[in-house]
Amino acid sequence: MLGPALSIVAGVALLLVQERLPGALRSVVAPLAVALVGGALWSLAVTWSGTFTFPSPGDTARGLAELVRSQRLWGDIIASLFRVSWGFSLAAGIGIPLGLVAGWNTRTFTALNPVIQGLRPISPIAWIPIAILWFGIGDGAGIFLIFLSAFFPITVGTMAAVRNISLVHQRSAQNFGLRGLELFRRVVLPASMPQIITSLRIALGVAWLVIVAAEMVGMDSGLGYLINDARNAGSRYDLVVATMIVIGLIGIVLDFLVRQLERFDEVRWGYVKR
Amino acid sequence: MSASGARRPKVVFEGVSKIFRKRGDDLLVLDDVSLTVRDGEFVCLLGPSGCGKSTLLNIAGGFERADRGRVTIDGEEVREPSSRRVFVFQEYGIFPWASVWDNVALGLRHMPAGERGAIVQATIDMVGLGGFERAYPMELSGGMKQRVEVARALAVSPDVIYMDEPFGALDSLTRLTMRSELVRIWQQQRPTILFVTHDVDESIQLADRVVVLSARPGRIADVVEVGLDHPRDLGSPEYGRIKNRLYELLGVQHTI
Repeated sequence: MLGPALSIVAGVALLLVQERLPGALRSVVAPLAVALVGGALWSLAVTWSGTFTFPSPGDTARGLAELVRSQRLWGDIIASLFRVSWGFSLAAGIGIPLGLVAGWNTRTFTALNPVIQGLRPISPIAWIPIAILWFGIGDGAGIFLIFLSAFFPITVGTMAAVRNISLVHQRSAQNFGLRGLELFRRVVLPASMPQIITSLRIALGVAWLVIVAAEMVGMDSGLGYLINDARNAGSRYDLVVATMIVIGLIGIVLDFLVRQLERFDEVRWGYVKR
Repeated sequence: MSASGARRPKVVFEGVSKIFRKRGDDLLVLDDVSLTVRDGEFVCLLGPSGCGKSTLLNIAGGFERADRGRVTIDGEEVREPSSRRVFVFQEYGIFPWASVWDNVALGLRHMPAGERGAIVQATIDMVGLGGFERAYPMELSGGMKQRVEVARALAVSPDVIYMDEPFGALDSLTRLTMRSELVRIWQQQRPTILFVTHDVDESIQLADRVVVLSARPGRIADVVEVGLDHPRDLGSPEYGRIKNRLYELLGVQHTI
């Protein structure tokens, strides 16, 4: 009881003080203060409701420690990341070239776009039964589902990027006689790159959302399965929430990694102003 | 400019007409434009916005087709863009994903590396961008970007350069500097230049001849010789006389 009260006081005090702090420090202190207050409210809610099932922040921290110590967590993280990296790489490997061609060639675009737009709104989750039917319970189904989740954002994003290439740049390319592969390498690909990277970011975010759902329904390993397992094996909600936190942290790291692509000189122009 | 009279015809517009079809309506943009630009001549196309001067340039560049009439260069009809005649665009046509060096080298990519390097460096130096070879366009000011654009065009030693209000987005001081630099470069290399502008002063400062187009449909109202030597005195009576004449042709009140 004393802990949460102290946290709230500390959090509010920090929020009041942070305005006087230099900008760099403020950007750390302010979110920290909000997290302190949020955690305290969570803790108070658990105490006041008298629940024995829902974990307090302390229970969750102990659950997280237990997961980290057990070999189990690393295996499940690796299983999820394995499916996501294969499915995502396949989607990028097929989606980017397909999007480039379909974006540039109007005839290909006319033929493909309605099909892609028709399949795109179907949630990858809806594909789970078919994925299991085709690939069985295991990595194959997971990779297939992640491929579906990432393929549409990447293909559609790349196509749109190519179709957005400015007329001036197209005419410059024409004026200097760029054709065929050279045109793709020197203009079409670099002009679309910033938007392609953005679509990769979106796709990886979706993939990370979908893998958890897929593992909860149709797989016997991975972080999604770990959540289900923790609940089924004795209502270990401390482990459920701890796994959710791990999923969130890995999601942040994945997004951070893709964003590193935005720092190259060749694409920085696309994020400054347009 | 009596000397220009002796030079051979370079770009010839023969009865060029252009119609835009929009929502079923036919809009006559250019009406029977005939004009002969001589080799090494600097010609400005001056007219109000929407008079079709950019369209005329796009037809000469091979980006658009005339509905009637044709454009020939050295007697050959223009059918498609070619790097022998290069456009300097109104908006920035240089590639933001490539360095200054790579932008200027674009038209020389099939040349042996040594030769290419020498030309690229010389061209970059000529437009005053020495030291910025590795910079990216987003790191440059508007005027410097336009210099890159001009350098990219000059690097291929084109016969004809088309400029479509290239300095329109620049501040007035930078614009003046760019004009005098352009005249300096033109005097060194003597390419044929067709320069589109709606700025009366700009046309008098740059051109051998100013072709005045009427409002839509674009027709040639008159062609005015600027018989002044470079560097031109912007305060001279002759300059003022030409300016009055151009304003008169454009039908604009020029005393406020």
